[in-house]
Amino acid sequence: MPFDSFHGMLFSGKWVADWLEGLGQLTLLARDTVKSVFTFKVAWKDLLYQVYFVGVKSQSVVLITGAFTGMVLAAQTYIQFHKVKMDTATLAVVSVSMCSELGPVLTGLMVAGRVGAAIAAELGTMRVTEQIDALRTLATHPVDYLIVPRLLALHVALPLLTAESIVIGIASGYLVGVYLYGIDSTYIWYNMLKYTGDSDVAAGLIKAFVFGGIVAIIGCYKGMSCGEGAEGVGRATTEAVVYSSITILITNFFLTLTLGKILHTV
Amino acid sequence: MIEVRNLEKSFGSHKVLEGVSFTIHKGESVVIMGRSGGGKSVLLKHLIALLKPDSGQVLIEGENIVPMDERQLLRVRHKFGMLFQGAALFDSMTVSENIAFPFRRDRTLPEDEIARRVAHVLELVELPGIESKNPSELSGGMRKRVGLARAIVYEPQIVLYDEPTTGLDPVVSDSIDKLILRVRDRLDVTSVVVTHDMRSARRLGQRILMLHERKIYATGTAEEIFTSKDPIVKQFVEGISDPIPEGTPTSL
Repeated sequence: MPFDSFHGMLFSGKWVADWLEGLGQLTLLARDTVKSVFTFKVAWKDLLYQVYFVGVKSQSVVLITGAFTGMVLAAQTYIQFHKVKMDTATLAVVSVSMCSELGPVLTGLMVAGRVGAAIAAELGTMRVTEQIDALRTLATHPVDYLIVPRLLALHVALPLLTAESIVIGIASGYLVGVYLYGIDSTYIWYNMLKYTGDSDVAAGLIKAFVFGGIVAIIGCYKGMSCGEGAEGVGRATTEAVVYSSITILITNFFLTLTLGKILHTV
Repeated sequence: MIEVRNLEKSFGSHKVLEGVSFTIHKGESVVIMGRSGGGKSVLLKHLIALLKPDSGQVLIEGENIVPMDERQLLRVRHKFGMLFQGAALFDSMTVSENIAFPFRRDRTLPEDEIARRVAHVLELVELPGIESKNPSELSGGMRKRVGLARAIVYEPQIVLYDEPTTGLDPVVSDSIDKLILRVRDRLDVTSVVVTHDMRSARRLGQRILMLHERKIYATGTAEEIFTSKDPIVKQFVEGISDPIPEGTPTSL
């Protein structure tokens, strides 16, 4: 973009208008999707395929992320806690962090990168090759056929992937603490159970459920509204990942505050 | 059956259609022709509400479809079949799954009946036995035939064709034209064909509408259009780029 037009756009407020318009369209799409979830009969075959694609195919990336996050967290915590003779609390820190923050956030980001990009690219390609228009001419609502199965699949798969990531993260942290740093296995395990509450696990899974919706809706919106040609699909894919990731991080902060209040007072 | 009243459409500051009005009667075969980028496909997409006009009305059997939302339009679209310029086959499905798509969504027919109808419609488009092939294995002409099979399997009342012969060699184009005529006669459908292929226009159009400078510039039977003395119609029909005025010196 030439500097003059960029400068003009920046100060004309056009980008604010575009951003607000995009936000409005995204909200309308989310509204249509929620309405469709409660009124439209989902094809189980489509839903199961999406759960397979989102869940099973994301195993490796989620497991590797969870394992190495648990390990590095255990190592860092041990190094600091060892100074104040709190070695046996190492796994408790790993566990609480993995359950309530790192598990859902890192899984959400990884799935945003893998699945959000794939959704935007697939739907974007369908749009530029007129396949979405073809769907409409065949009396099929694109929201019912394309978005609802993906949204439900992500709502189901992301909490499951997060649970997996949490388990593998804690297990890896345990191995590092016990076998690498020689912490007593009984105390480290006991403290982990003592300080990890049900509310931490619940918070993590609720967050994962919300992040699943964010990845699905933003990925689908970017795909369905993508520009023409290969450049349009490329841009939609990039924006789907960037916007999903940023939204996950921002939402996580507010969810932490809200869920902290709700779950710890119940 | 289809009535368009004062249709206006712009993309940004670029006006594509301006005060377009016409009527298409039941069972009629109408060709919309005009120059590339002149708004023919845009006009066709308005007939099935894939695009919304800035102003004007599109009436299908007396019902204005412009104010309808996407869900209300599903009912109206059951009356239509559409063949897209690039066929727009679902590339993640086989030929059979593509054609059976509307039935599988409706879930009203048993599988053996769906298979029978798919085989029947593939025979109609002269491609029997290719049910299990993927769209990527098909040639351009075959893709268009499968696209047409998908469009007519529901036995719609109106079939829209967006540039059905573009990008095909003359022999395949001829076979697609014959296929469109056969579909029209056998299923007794109303056909609207958008094309800039003059041979196709002459064969397929009982009536021709010529879109020029955002408006319906000329309308008439194929014979009237092809023998027209109007300089713009004549120039388009004969395929002459800007005519050189008489007396202009040339170097050749």
